[in-house]
Parts: sequence; structure tokens; C-alpha cells
Amino acid sequence: MKKVLVLGATSAIAQATVRLLAARGASLYLVGRNAENLEAVAKDAATRGAAKVDSQAVDLNTFDAHEALVDGAFQSLGGLDGVVLAHGVLGDQVEAQRSWAATEAVLRTNFLSAVSLLTVLANRFEAQKAGTLVVISSVAGDRGRQSNYVYGASKGALNVFLQGLRNRLAKSNVAVVTVKPGFVDTPMTAHLPKNKLFASPEKVARGLLRAADSRKNEVYVPGIWALIMLIIRSIPESVFKKLKL
Amino acid sequence: MSSPESWGRYPRVEQTTHPLVWRSDTLPSVSGTMLPHGLGRSYGDSCLNAGGTLLLTSGLDRLIAFDPATGVVRCEAGVTLDTLLRLAVPRGWFLPVTPGTKYVTVGGAIANDVHGKNHHRGGTFGRYVRRFELVRSDGSRRVCAPDENADWYGATIGGLGLTGLVTWAEVQLKPISNPFVLQETVPFENLDAFLKVARESEADHEFTMAWVDCLARGKKVGRGLLYRGNFAPPQFDRLPLAKSHLSHGSGLAVPMDMPSFCLNRLSVSAFNWLYYHRQNGKPQQRLTHYDPFFYPLDAIYGWNRIYGSRGFLQFQCVVPYATARDALKEILERSSRGGLPSFLSVLKTFGDIPSPGWMSFPRQGVTLAMDFANRGEKTYRLVEELDRLTREAGGAVYPAKDARMSAESFAAYFPRRAEFAGYIDPAFSSSFWRRMNPVTLPFSLEAERAAGAPQPQSVLALR
Ligand SMILES: Cc1cc2nc3c(=O)[nH]c(=O)nc-3n(C[C@H](O)[C@H](O)[C@H](O)COP(=O)(O)OP(=O)(O)OC[C@H]3O[C@@H](n4cnc5c(N)ncnc54)[C@H](O)[C@@H]3O)c2cc1C
Repeated sequence: MKKVLVLGATSAIAQATVRLLAARGASLYLVGRNAENLEAVAKDAATRGAAKVDSQAVDLNTFDAHEALVDGAFQSLGGLDGVVLAHGVLGDQVEAQRSWAATEAVLRTNFLSAVSLLTVLANRFEAQKAGTLVVISSVAGDRGRQSNYVYGASKGALNVFLQGLRNRLAKSNVAVVTVKPGFVDTPMTAHLPKNKLFASPEKVARGLLRAADSRKNEVYVPGIWALIMLIIRSIPESVFKKLKL
Repeated sequence: MSSPESWGRYPRVEQTTHPLVWRSDTLPSVSGTMLPHGLGRSYGDSCLNAGGTLLLTSGLDRLIAFDPATGVVRCEAGVTLDTLLRLAVPRGWFLPVTPGTKYVTVGGAIANDVHGKNHHRGGTFGRYVRRFELVRSDGSRRVCAPDENADWYGATIGGLGLTGLVTWAEVQLKPISNPFVLQETVPFENLDAFLKVARESEADHEFTMAWVDCLARGKKVGRGLLYRGNFAPPQFDRLPLAKSHLSHGSGLAVPMDMPSFCLNRLSVSAFNWLYYHRQNGKPQQRLTHYDPFFYPLDAIYGWNRIYGSRGFLQFQCVVPYATARDALKEILERSSRGGLPSFLSVLKTFGDIPSPGWMSFPRQGVTLAMDFANRGEKTYRLVEELDRLTREAGGAVYPAKDARMSAESFAAYFPRRAEFAGYIDPAFSSSFWRRMNPVTLPFSLEAERAAGAPQPQSVLALR
């Protein structure tokens, strides 16, 4: 990936990915919601060696703007060969249970806005018969659990969408990479008790880029989550529903 | 969760943490007080805030701009010196001043106005800080520079993190032609010999510092090895700058707290004897990469754990030349007699280049740094004694390395402290500052915290 569009560039994993791409001398088009913070990430990337950095502050929940946004990225970088889709919200499960509005907000951001963007991007990449679409999903999408099934559902739906997209684009030489991180040690989780399962955003970013470079289909980062989720997925539903997960 | 520690792991205190993410964010409103915390490479309690909040600056780690033509770098305050080196060295620039570890933040380097092996030539880190932004708990933001908000600039450099949060800073780097140092090692047989060879070395060498065998006695008190060096001249240019970052330090780590019997008088004296004698008493010269020259201890990650779970105390003082010989002799003898060996003792001379920081520690004279394993009261008494000797000699003790100096000593060491106190953010404090300014509070911070402590969140909220 040499000319990369990063959606949700101010998230911790995206920032770490941007740094690695910058160090490789990639050209970047960064998109995020908060203009000031986005500018900080853009300058960091430029200082670390990115060949070119452009950025645009938009709320990705305005679906109407997606076509123009993608146009802007293609124009700015003179084409695109990679996309890292990293925007998303965790939401509040308790709040979502109480209100449809809160549930809808999670689904809109994590699923619908991603689908809208990927619809535009997939068509472009299909036409140019090249490119890598990397989407950050989550292990939470592998099985619904009472503690965060709304978030999990948004990621689970996304995973199925990506499977279909991958199937469709395989013949056009476009890779669709689903990245499923486990716990990530971001500044936001600094107050949580840490265990060995927490990975740094840097580690996740390295795993993400490795997967993108080798055009993998679905990867768990760090890899240990493949095993953990295998176990969690294989618990019979009759038992699972009684667990407090 | 364990609360952040200082490098000496003494004292241990409980505090709440608040991670900072964006330099545009406002400071949190906390009950009690707050204090910025970098990488915790200060040894004592100056980077701790018992019962209060630590503002973790590691999220403020973005670079903002670097001009390879002028060597001016602007970055957020949580950027490490290691990151700056990775950026600058391949482009022909180096830190103007660096402490003995590269794992410190720019904010921490400013707040302690750190010094390096080149103090006699370059002064302190603060002299190269062109500008920075200071955020206060009242929401105000000031750009501070020698000619802009100069008072805040002077108060914050060496200001122990108490004047507010530094969000970003602009630092002037210095040019190098390659990443190698021409280093010379010169043995000296006692303190007098050290003083002579150190003064002589200053004329031709940008970097000097000496390891001292703190168990040597009698006529040999203060014997050791002086390291002096300069960045290698351009004829070494063929060694490529781009590959200049050795992965030095990635291999070794201290995996756990070592039992304290590993460090005793016998092992320390055996080590010191071997170390001194491997030189055969003759000067040696060699070309070395900057990494092992400036950061020998960084090669062993987490080396502070060799002192075991009780941690250790560092003591660093500076004494004027007039009293240096007698005072240092006394200090070295006391610590060796106390039966509490210092594993690593370092001597260096400070020049007379003034710092812009009002509370800066370095001043002209000779500085000595020693580590003492924490053996409880015995160790505390020794360090307090060394503090007293330093005060009597008209010197000063370094707050970044201190856990035991007295409030009276502090007042004597830092004559501008009253003026400085007027610039302290009312919502900021540190364990060190309260120790230096004991007052009885009408309320208890600990009690307040216990009442308002946030609930831990479930880790099952999988992302
Ligand atoms: C192996 C080793 C060798 C060392 N050698 C030297 C040496 O040669 N010379 C020397 O001078 N020191 C030396 N030190 C000490 C070290 O350089 C200082 O303690 C340094 O300040 C630590 O930086 P830090 O980022 O870890 O900050 P911390 O130790 O976490 O904090 C230090 C101070 O900085 C303040 N602070 C941190 N960030 C900010 C911010 N953004 N805004 C405002 N205040 C802030 C804190 O409140 C605190 O008062 C050494 C330490 C070690 C472990």
C-alpha cells in the first residue's frame, strides 16, 4: 500500500498504522471527525516521513458526503491502492438496551457508514483491478454476548458484508482484509486492570500491516485471539446463554 | 492496578491516573491535586502525587515539525528522547543535551532541566527549548519563550511539573557528522587526580564523566575511570547515517525483582575492582556508537529491578569547587563506611553556563551521583546525612534523584523558590513538593479519594 486512505485516522490503532505507513514513505489521505486532532496526526505522519499527507475533517455518518470524500482522496494522492477503515464507536450497551436511538447510532457508525464507504470504494477498486481494503472489525463480532451485543452485532454484520465483498472482488485482484483485534491498550483503557491479553496499538498496527501486505482474508491480532474465539464460538448455545459474558 | 512508580521504586504511593490523549484537550477536573508524569525516570517522589492524580503524558507522543536545515524540532511533550534520536540522527542532528537514559520525555526533560555529559560546554536542556505551550488548570494556554511570557518560561524550566502541563515544545538540536563518538578512558587514582584530569579534559572534550569506585578507601578514595569524548569527525562519514540506529538494548531485560542478596558489599567490591583494573592503568581510545556511549544502562531494560522490590535511593549532589575535594571525600567515605555500597557512582564537573530555569539544579562545581539499595532506616539516615554534608559544603541536591532531602536543605539549595511558588498551578502538587513544604491540611486527600474513587470497568466490554 503506497497511496492509502485512512478512515477514522485519529483512533489509536489507526494512528499507530499511520506511523508505520509514514515510515515506509507512503502517501496518506487522513479522515477524522475532529479537525484539530486530525491535524496533529497529519503533522506527525508528515514529520515521520510520509511522502504526502492530506487530511479532511468530516463526520462519516453523513453518508451523502462519501462519494465526494473518496473522489477527494483519489485526486489528492493521484490514485489509491489501499484503504484502512478504522472508524467506529464502542457505544454503551446499557444505554443501547434502553433506547433504540443509542442502538441505531452504533449500527450507523460501525456498520452502515462502513458499508456506504465500501460500496463506493469497492466499485473503484474493482474497476482499477487493484487495491487492498483493510477493515478493522473486532473479536466481539464473532459471538453475541450480553455485555456488548449491540457493538458485537454491528461488527458481526460487517464481517458478513466483508465476506461477500471478498468473494465478489477476488476475481478483480482486490484484497479485502478483515482485522479482528482483541483487547487493545489505548489511552482510553489506561485505567482498566491490564492482563497479558492487552496488546498495544503498535502491535495491532504491525499485525494489521502484515495481513495487508500478504493480502490475508481474516486475521486475529494478536494471533492468540484465533484460539480464544475458537473456544468461545464452540461453546454450545444452551450453555452459553447461561454464562455471564 | 499498581500505581505508577518512580525509577527508584521508593517511596511507593497510591494515586489515580488520568491519561492525556490530545494536546487540545482541557485538563480534567479532579478532586485533590494533579501532576504530569512522563516515563517515571525520576528516582524519588518528584514524579509522584500520593493520593492525587497523575496526568499520564505518554499519549501526547506526536511529532509536529522538523526542519532538517535548521535542526529545530517541535513535538508533543510525551515524545521520548529515543523518538527524537530516531528522527534526527539519520538526518545529521543530535540532542543538544541528553541525560544518561533516552527513555525520558521532552516534558520530563524540561521539568527537571536535565543535564548531560556536556554541561561544561552546553549547559542544561532548558537552554535549547525555544518555545513551549503551558496549559493551566484555569483553562489558560500560554506559549512561553525567552521573549514571550518569559517569567512562565523561567518558572517552568526546572519547575518540577508544578507550574502546569507542557503540551508541546520546540527544541534546537545540534549538528553531527555521524553517529559515532571518539571515546577515551582515563584512569585516575583518587579525588585530586579526578579534579585535575576532569578540568584538563574539559578543554578538548565535549563530553566527560567518570565512574568512581566508591569502596576504595584511604589514599584511593575517589579513584575511578574518566570517560571523555567528542563526536567523530566527518572522515567517518562512510559509515552510513541511515543505519545508525543499532538495536542496542533490545536483548537484555531484568525479568523480575532480584533478591537483595545479589547486591552486597562483596559483589559490589568485586565488580568495582574488576572494572577498574581491566584498564591496566593506561588510557584507552576507541570509536563507539553513540548509543552505548550515552546510554549504557538502557541496554538492560528495567535494570532498576536488580535492587529488588524494596527499590533503591539515588543521591546526587553538586558542590562548588572551593569545597569539592573535602566534601566529596567525606561523602564517599561516609557511604563506604556505612556498609551500604553504591553499585554505580558517577562524578562529573558542571560549568558556569546559567540555565534560564529558576529552579534548575546544575551549578558550577562537581557533581556526584550514587545508588543505594533500600535497606530501610539505615539507608535513609545515610542519605539524610549526605544531604546535610552537601548543604554545609554550599552545594545542592538534585530533586529528580531525591527521596530524603530536608525542607531546610531544599530552601537553601533553591534560593528562588519563593518567587517560583507564586507560579505553581493551584490544582497541581507532588509528593516531593509537599515533603519540601510541610503544612497541615484542614482536610485529608486520602479520605476524599476513597469517597470519590471511580468504579473499575469490566474488561469484558470487548472491543
Ligand atoms: C538511568 C538514568 C540516568 C539518568 N541520567 C540523568 C542525567 O544524566 N542527567 C539528568 O539530569 N537526569 C538524569 N536522569 C533523570 C531523568 O533524566 C529525569 O528524572 C527526567 O526528568 C525523567 O523524565 P521522565 O519523562 O521520566 O519524567 P518523570 O520522571 O515522569 O517526571 C519528571 C518531572 O517532569 C514533570 N513532567 C513530566 N511531563 C511533563 C509535562 N508534559 N509538563 C510538565 N511537567 C512534566 C513531572 O511532573 C515531574 O516533575 C536519569 C535517570 C535514569 C533512570
